[in-house]
Parts: sequence; C-alpha cells; structure tokens
Amino acid sequence: MIAMRGRHKLLVPFFTSGYPKAKGALDLIRAGIDAGADMIEIGMPFSDPMADGPEIQLSSGVALSNGINMTDTLRLVEAVRRYSDIPLVLMGYFNPIFAFGINRFAKSVSTCGADGLIIPDLPFDEADELSRSAVQNNLSCVYLIAPTSSAERVEKIDRACTDFVYAVTVTGVTGAGTRFDRSTDSYLKSLRQRLKKPFVAGFGVSSPASAARLARYADGVVIGSALIRAFRLAKNQRSGLKEVSRLLGDIRHTLD
Amino acid sequence: MGSKLETGPNRRGRFGVYGGRYVPETVMFALDELESAYRGFRRDRTFQNELKQYLRDYVGRPTPLYFAERFTEHLGGPKVWFKREDLNHTGAHKINNTVGQILLARAMGKQRIIAETGAGQHGLATATVCARFGMNCVVYMGEEDIHRQAPNVEKMNLLGAKVVPVSSGSATLKDATSEALRDWVTNVRSTFYIIGSVVGPHPYPMIVRDFQTIIGKETRRQSLKQIGHLPHALVACVGGGSNALGLFTAFMSDDKVKMIGVEAGGKGLGSGQHAATIRKGKPGVLHGSYSYLIYDNDGQVVLPHSISAGLDYPGVGPEHSALADIGRVEYGSATDKDTLRAFRLVSQLEGIIPAMETAHALAWVVRNRKKFKPSQHIVVCFSGRGDKDMPILRAESEKHQ
Repeated sequence: MIAMRGRHKLLVPFFTSGYPKAKGALDLIRAGIDAGADMIEIGMPFSDPMADGPEIQLSSGVALSNGINMTDTLRLVEAVRRYSDIPLVLMGYFNPIFAFGINRFAKSVSTCGADGLIIPDLPFDEADELSRSAVQNNLSCVYLIAPTSSAERVEKIDRACTDFVYAVTVTGVTGAGTRFDRSTDSYLKSLRQRLKKPFVAGFGVSSPASAARLARYADGVVIGSALIRAFRLAKNQRSGLKEVSRLLGDIRHTLD
Repeated sequence: MGSKLETGPNRRGRFGVYGGRYVPETVMFALDELESAYRGFRRDRTFQNELKQYLRDYVGRPTPLYFAERFTEHLGGPKVWFKREDLNHTGAHKINNTVGQILLARAMGKQRIIAETGAGQHGLATATVCARFGMNCVVYMGEEDIHRQAPNVEKMNLLGAKVVPVSSGSATLKDATSEALRDWVTNVRSTFYIIGSVVGPHPYPMIVRDFQTIIGKETRRQSLKQIGHLPHALVACVGGGSNALGLFTAFMSDDKVKMIGVEAGGKGLGSGQHAATIRKGKPGVLHGSYSYLIYDNDGQVVLPHSISAGLDYPGVGPEHSALADIGRVEYGSATDKDTLRAFRLVSQLEGIIPAMETAHALAWVVRNRKKFKPSQHIVVCFSGRGDKDMPILRAESEKHQ
C-alpha cells in the first residue's frame, strides 16, 4: 500500500531498468531520490512499447541490448530498497509479465520490495488475473485515465485503482512535446472533482513550469522522457547525473 | 471447447480465450465508438448496398475461380483451383477490407486515415481508397520493407499518401504497426486507423474478417457451379491471416471441407528464422490482442523472418489461434526455398505471377500433393499478384550467382 494523503505534491521520476548500462539505472535512481523524489517509477523494458515516445523507446531498446530481463529488474528493485524506503512502482507492458508468470511476477515483485504496478497496455477490463495476484501480494494497482476516457470509465478506473490513479495529461504517447493549455487545466480540474482517490499526472512533463501547472490540481507529477533526454544529451555520465539532479531539484523547488 | 467455434467474437471481444483489448486507455473510447458504428452499419441496407456497388464497379468483384490446369498436370495429384484475388483492383485481397473501412470512416466523420503496411499491399489499398474518397492518408512502413517493396512505395506516393519510414526495432511490419498505434493514440479523435489484417484489439479482427468473407462466399457459390460440389480442401497463406479467414469463414460449418493455413517457414522451423507463429509460437500479447506470438523466454518479441514482407509478422489473428486450438484449421508452413520454387513454377506453368505471400500457399500444395487423391479439388486463395516482388526475386538471383 502506498500512503498518498497530505498537501505535499509528489515528485515521481521515471527511470528505465537497464538504462544507460546494465547496472547504471541505480545511479540515476539514487540521484532522483537525493533530489527529493517521493516515489520512483521503474520501467521494465519491452521490445514493442506502443504507449511510449522516442526517448523511452530508446532507453528500452538500450536496456534490452544490455541484456536486461525481469530478474535483473527485480535485482534493481532490491538494490534501491537497500538504499531507501521510498515507494517503488514498476511500469511496463504485459507480455514480459505474462511470460514470467503472473503469480510468480506479483510474488517476486512484492518480495523484492516494490509497492505497485502500472501496465499501460492492460486496461482494468483485461486485468482480472493480474489484479487478483497483486492484491494477494499487497501490491498497489495503478490504472491510467486519459482525456478521452468516458465518465463511466473514469468512475470504474477510480474504483479499480488501489491507492491512486494515474492521469495521462495528453492524448498521446510519453514525452509528447505538447504544451499544456487551458484544456489540460480544465481536464485535471474535473478529475479533481470526480475522483475519490488521489491522482498523479504524467506524459509530457518537461520543465518546472509544466510540472507546477499540473500540480495545481494533481497530487503529484511523473516525469520520464525529459530526464532521459537530459541524461542523454550530457557529454558524459557524470554530467548526465548532474543534469538529472538539477532538473528534478528545480521541479521539487517549484512544487514546494 | 467443442470442435466448432461460434462465429465469434463474444461480448468481450474473444474468440475462445483469444483476442481482447490490450491497448492504452486513450484509445479505448475509439474502439467502443468503432464497434457500435460497425454493428449499426452491418445491419444498414444502404451501407451494404453501397459496399456491394464499390466491390463490383471499383474493385472488380466477383473475382474468378480459375482451374489451374497445367499446374494440376505438373503435380499429378489433386485438381487445383485459384481464387483470383490477384485480379482485384490494386492486385490483392487487401482492398476488400479497405473499401469497407473507408466507408465506415466516412460515415463516422473521420477525415484522416492511417495504416500500417508490410508488403505494401495494404498500404497501397488504403492509399487508393483515400484518393477515391478524398481523405488524408499516412502509411507507416518499415524501412527494410520500403527497400524490399519499392514499387508499392512509389504507387502510394503517386496516390497522394504520405509514407512514413519506421526505423525502430526490426524496421518491418511489427514496428510499422507499433508506430501506427502510437499515431492513433496521439490523434485518435480525428483519425481512423484502417488495420490491414485480422489482428489488433477488438473489434478489428471481426471487422476485417467480415469485410474479407466475400472471398469465401463467392468461392462457395462458384465451386458448386464449376466443380459441382464443395472443394475437398482450402489452402491460404497466413501472416496476420486475413485472406485465409476471408476464404475459410463461409465454409466453417461445412465439416468435410478441410482448411489449411500456411505460415512462413523462412529458413526452416528448426532454424529460429521463420514467422510460423502458430506452429512455433505460444500465446502472448502484442498490438492489442491475446494470440499466438513468437517471443523469447523474457517475453520480448522475436524478430521474425520471411522472404515475403507480408508474412514476417510475429503475431497472428486471434481467431486463427482459436481455430488452431480446436483443430478446425490445420496450420502448416512453407520455407523460403520452396516458396521461391513455387513462385517460378506457377509463373511459368500458368502465366500468372503470384505474390510471394501467395507462393507460400502454392509451395505447401506442391510439397503436400500426395496427401490428396487425383479426384479431389483444392482451392488456393490466390491472395495477390507478384509484380511487387521483382526486387526480392532479383536479390535472390544475385545471391545465387
């Protein structure tokens, strides 16, 4: 279970397991925690990430060519757990989970110390088996709501989520360069009114200003592609880590 | 499960256990919208009449059922008939589906069309109907396939479509499909996604199958008239599996009619380089549905291999998975080598150049001719013509010189 209450706005960075190096994700995650993250999303790489834009596709591809599999991701979760008791949520596509075995997956994830799951290609309608296993293993199920979700689905998703909901801010894939505008505000505002559970907002967060805009209504913001880009464009690993820390530190500052 | 499959899918979009909607939340509403529009139009006589008219005057249906006399003589086995889908406008069965879907798109008020393509036949069929109906068209195509099927790319450009090269992953059909899905997730309110095979999230496998069943309906009627009875067996190649279901569906309850789906055996089923999804894959989830799939121990989708750009897809339509499980359809395969041989053979014996995809079905017939009696009749779905495959043939000849 993940505790979400309070006025404090959550900063949730996303990092891909196995990126930039087989064991390199741990350094990035530590940098994220040290920069003031409240929760970490760890991406499980997949060969065909259909909800992801170029940055996360790239990190996923690099991770796979580094030979990363589910067991490596579970080791990463354990390593992060040794470093901090921060909530950890795994995000990834369904087929690697299915191949690993749904029950075995939920059990292992829980044993290694992760707290929740986000599976973007598994809407709640198709998630019966996984959500049963998740509940049995005390894992939090997080489903996505999109700007195109019907009122009926919003209500059902709110109910299906264990602790909090993930609001996709734009109709698009992760890392979309879209600018948030009034329609984003009114969408998040209406979610604020309709949802019984707290919610984080993500997809397209690239700067402190964009994060602050979402946080007016959301309980937290998720940032992924922009971190990978910041890291990738730096001239070496060390300055990459610094860039990631600085971006997260700036966002932390505007959220507080 | 019994030996028969109800004409699925069920209310949850499943054929047996296969199918479903494994897609991002963003497009769920569009699938609901599409399903309800489609169910309405299936009952709408005006829509059906319009479809019928376009199939006749624009596509050129009905296509003939042709007795392949010299091919039959050469085999010294069963009598082989070709259902001539290669004679359709744009040269393959793909247009049966794109005509249907473009009418749906128009009725739903969508102005922008996207599609994925492997061999380029579906892209071409989509670009064609978009030109006819004045719609914007974007076709996603793997870079590898753009090289393999250059003639189709030129045609799509001429027709006014924008062909977007996809370089991620294996740069083939699977990656083009992922990219088309990403476009759809982004532009879902304005855009209609014309999927080219019986794959993807519900209701696509049902819609594409329904628009292709015209192949089997005609074949059934023509068989009774030209052969005097139903054929002993039906043979069709299977990538995603739309031409196969198009031929098979009308015969589904004719228990005596055997059905054989032929997958791409590549360099051999033991080589690891093939696209024989049903023969060598296991159930998994890709591109929105639960079906047989080729993936490794970690659940990562494996790059398929086939000499034909239309069959090298790691998945297969969910209805095929269900039909394989209950044994109603038998799934075989044909290697690249056998396929090339059949490609040349049929060209030279019949004066008809088959698509490399179709040549897989023909190669299966050659290899399995002894399983049939000379008195038996086989219908092969001649899914497309092979003009587009000249670059592949050239490359193969150069390799062996």
